[in-house]
Amino acid sequence: MDLNIRQPLSLDDLKDMARINRLDVARMFMAAGNGHFGSCYSCTEIITVLYFALMRIDRANPDWMDRDRFVMAKGHAAPTLYSALIRRGFIPEKWMDEYETAVGARLMTHPSRRYQSGVDTSQGSLGHGLSIGVGMALAAKLDKRDYNVYVLMGDGETNEGSVWEAAAAASKFRLQNLVGIIDLNRLSVDGELENVMPMEPMVDKWRAFGWDVVRVDGHSLPALLKVLAPQRNVGASAPRMIVADTIKGKGVSFMENVRSWHADLISSKQYSDLVSELGGVGV
Amino acid sequence: MSQLKNSTILTKIASLRNQATNIRELALRMGAVQGQGYIGQALGIADVLAVAYFGAMQYRPQEPNWEGRDRFVLSIGHYAIALYAVLIEAGFISRAELETYGSDDSRLPMSGMANTTPGMEISGGSLGQGLPIAIGMCLGLRRKQSNAFVYTLLSDGELNEGATWEAALSAAHWKLRNLIAIVDVNNQQADGPSSQILSFEPLVEKWQAFGWDVTRVDGNDIERVFSALEDARRLDADKPRVVICDTLMGRGVPFLEKREKLHFIRVEPEEWDAALHVLRSEVSA
Amino acid sequence: MKSTRLKTSAMIASIAADGQPTVSAPFGHALVRVAAQRPQIVGLTADLAKYTDLHVFAAAFPDRFYQMGMAEQLLFGAAAGLAREGFVPFVTTYAVFAARRAYDFIYMAIAESKLNVKIVCALPGLTTGYGPSHQATEDVAIFRGVPNLAIIDPCDALEIEQATAAIADHNGPVYMRLLRGQVPLLLNEYGYTFELGRAKMLRDGDDVLFVSSGLMTMRVLEAASTLKTDHIDAAVLHVSTIKPLDETTLLMQIAKPGRLVVVVENHTVIGGLGEAVLALAMRNGSNGRMRQIGLPDAFLEAGALPTLHDKYGISTTRIVAQVKSWI
Repeated sequence: MDLNIRQPLSLDDLKDMARINRLDVARMFMAAGNGHFGSCYSCTEIITVLYFALMRIDRANPDWMDRDRFVMAKGHAAPTLYSALIRRGFIPEKWMDEYETAVGARLMTHPSRRYQSGVDTSQGSLGHGLSIGVGMALAAKLDKRDYNVYVLMGDGETNEGSVWEAAAAASKFRLQNLVGIIDLNRLSVDGELENVMPMEPMVDKWRAFGWDVVRVDGHSLPALLKVLAPQRNVGASAPRMIVADTIKGKGVSFMENVRSWHADLISSKQYSDLVSELGGVGV
Repeated sequence: MSQLKNSTILTKIASLRNQATNIRELALRMGAVQGQGYIGQALGIADVLAVAYFGAMQYRPQEPNWEGRDRFVLSIGHYAIALYAVLIEAGFISRAELETYGSDDSRLPMSGMANTTPGMEISGGSLGQGLPIAIGMCLGLRRKQSNAFVYTLLSDGELNEGATWEAALSAAHWKLRNLIAIVDVNNQQADGPSSQILSFEPLVEKWQAFGWDVTRVDGNDIERVFSALEDARRLDADKPRVVICDTLMGRGVPFLEKREKLHFIRVEPEEWDAALHVLRSEVSA
Repeated sequence: MKSTRLKTSAMIASIAADGQPTVSAPFGHALVRVAAQRPQIVGLTADLAKYTDLHVFAAAFPDRFYQMGMAEQLLFGAAAGLAREGFVPFVTTYAVFAARRAYDFIYMAIAESKLNVKIVCALPGLTTGYGPSHQATEDVAIFRGVPNLAIIDPCDALEIEQATAAIADHNGPVYMRLLRGQVPLLLNEYGYTFELGRAKMLRDGDDVLFVSSGLMTMRVLEAASTLKTDHIDAAVLHVSTIKPLDETTLLMQIAKPGRLVVVVENHTVIGGLGEAVLALAMRNGSNGRMRQIGLPDAFLEAGALPTLHDKYGISTTRIVAQVKSWI
């Protein structure tokens, strides 16, 4: 399969890329002995759709000025992004096995622009990403370019006041080229979002802050393809927010909705169970 | 019975109007001491403060730290001149101390400081901190099974601050029914009208989406403010309450109401007396 | 009760002495000149354009000016986004809000990626009587802890103008302490030119070596004149780049024998220029006599600025008295 894609993949191929993504992530976490499984698996479909069907990017030209930007605001789910970058040809596959463990490893818990081609911004401190996205979207308007800026946030992250500052600004500056995505898996480190800091009604909040909001099943490829499509030079002036209902740990039966899999150790047995469930090692 | 109640309320409102005028006068006198001060804001918010302190809150002026008191958190530290005025009117501070406003070693510094002035609950200045602090106060009061309320006065500009929304989320989450936020919407911040700086409307919908009970009133209509705060206290619901008050900067002194809307209004030395005179004559008119 | 009126406005404190030549809003005007040559320069503030002299830039280049509202974390995050796209943001607020409220954003979103953001903040150290919420007594200490971040503390209007151009050319993030409004002008009399990373001798002397930056350089120059009438000969080394420190020049001047070295800072004695210089000397085996004048490790009082400077030992009179007691 030619993975420097010029045509978007078919639904079946996308489904397979998502499966491969989950295997890659597990492989990285196996190398390290632990990882943010839950957080990575809840956004697999979202990242797959963006990187293999929708975003305007080119592995030969990672800094291409007209590229669509992607801000991995929920930085701790970086391995999902790494897999997509590897499979799209931005970074070498062998880096996966050094993940976090080798001295000089170039793939770490959080994305770093210093080390990884194709990463638009380093991340790790939750609550920053949407502000950075606002800046990038403003720059597009200054430069009169039509790229879109995608910002993937965690739902817990929307507790951060800075997210609401960015929300207000995006609306004020009419950044229709900015697309926020909330991976609403309803679990954070300390437990259920309802008990930690509930965010519902999520849609009403964003609407009250002036955004165009849709709510979708975050694991439905057709739904994601529809709502995440870039908008270029259209008349709309409001920024867009996609509230994606997801399942933490999706795709692996013993991980789905289990709080401890926010970040946990993985044993060899668990790893081989996971690999069988996901239909063997990938491409 | 309703006629009696009506006349009681009318008397109450008249009395509150009187107190609001006194607050305005005290604020102007303090402004005159230094030749400057956030007098526009003080004049605008005087009606709300009068209602809060004389029509809503429980406290003991001689015992500013009385455990059973309702707390008043001045999130907007630069409104200190207004709060000092009501604290003087309420008896926390003697009228004689007015002369020391903004001077060295004064108990009345230009920006509200907690350990300096009786009745000043927090050290303001850095806007957007009051509501977060109020959350903690409400939780503590609940643990002590206290019936006290925490009133927090915020400015519309403070709604730009993410910390405000962090606190808003938290208040609803903790079901803080002892929290009453008051937002002074005078549509003015340092760099110009709030609506141009970082537009915050629709305000009511935002607070509702964040889980609060919301009322919006003309902040210079004492009767409306009075019943809004009364409803806020009496609401039987496990949610925090916010009363959004639209006010006019400089209210009570027409030539200041009409003055170019600056965050920090300049008043010429000779204008202080004129303002006091106009205030009194507006009242008797 | 007799009261002392404030000698200056708490908000618009001018540190110029009566009759001293001043320049109005040197930063704002300098930025306009630089921005005319550099189209990538944009200006951002969090509702403090008027109080950081950025309003001058806003008036000249309204389409390059971003009012982000009172949201400092958003302010620095958005600046990072713009910088990633090749713009050079000049971002203003008060030093307290940058150093405290938005520190995490400056550290992670800007400095960690060495982005080309210029953070220019008014009210550094003790330059307002407004109280601790606005007195950035520890700003240098905080920002010294950030890798990649250059720290500039200019003395007067001339230096502010030159530094504004210099930091626009510098590749990487910068934190610049700003004096605003009517800013004194004095370095023109010393044939001075700002160079990022270079400490410069403004006057030589055999008895005392003052080491200072920013506003304190103005004070120690005055102190040096006064001390001369008491036959105490004082040198002044102006260290306007606090990070990276010009270690060569500092060590060379400290090593000169027979002088009492006095570091003077508009900053807490903890973690600023004072400790930086003292630590440098100690690491290099200097055993000269060294003293430090700075603000105490305390929440400072509110009040009139002249009173506070006197109270906390950084007025010219107090500096002179202190030095005499040490000689």
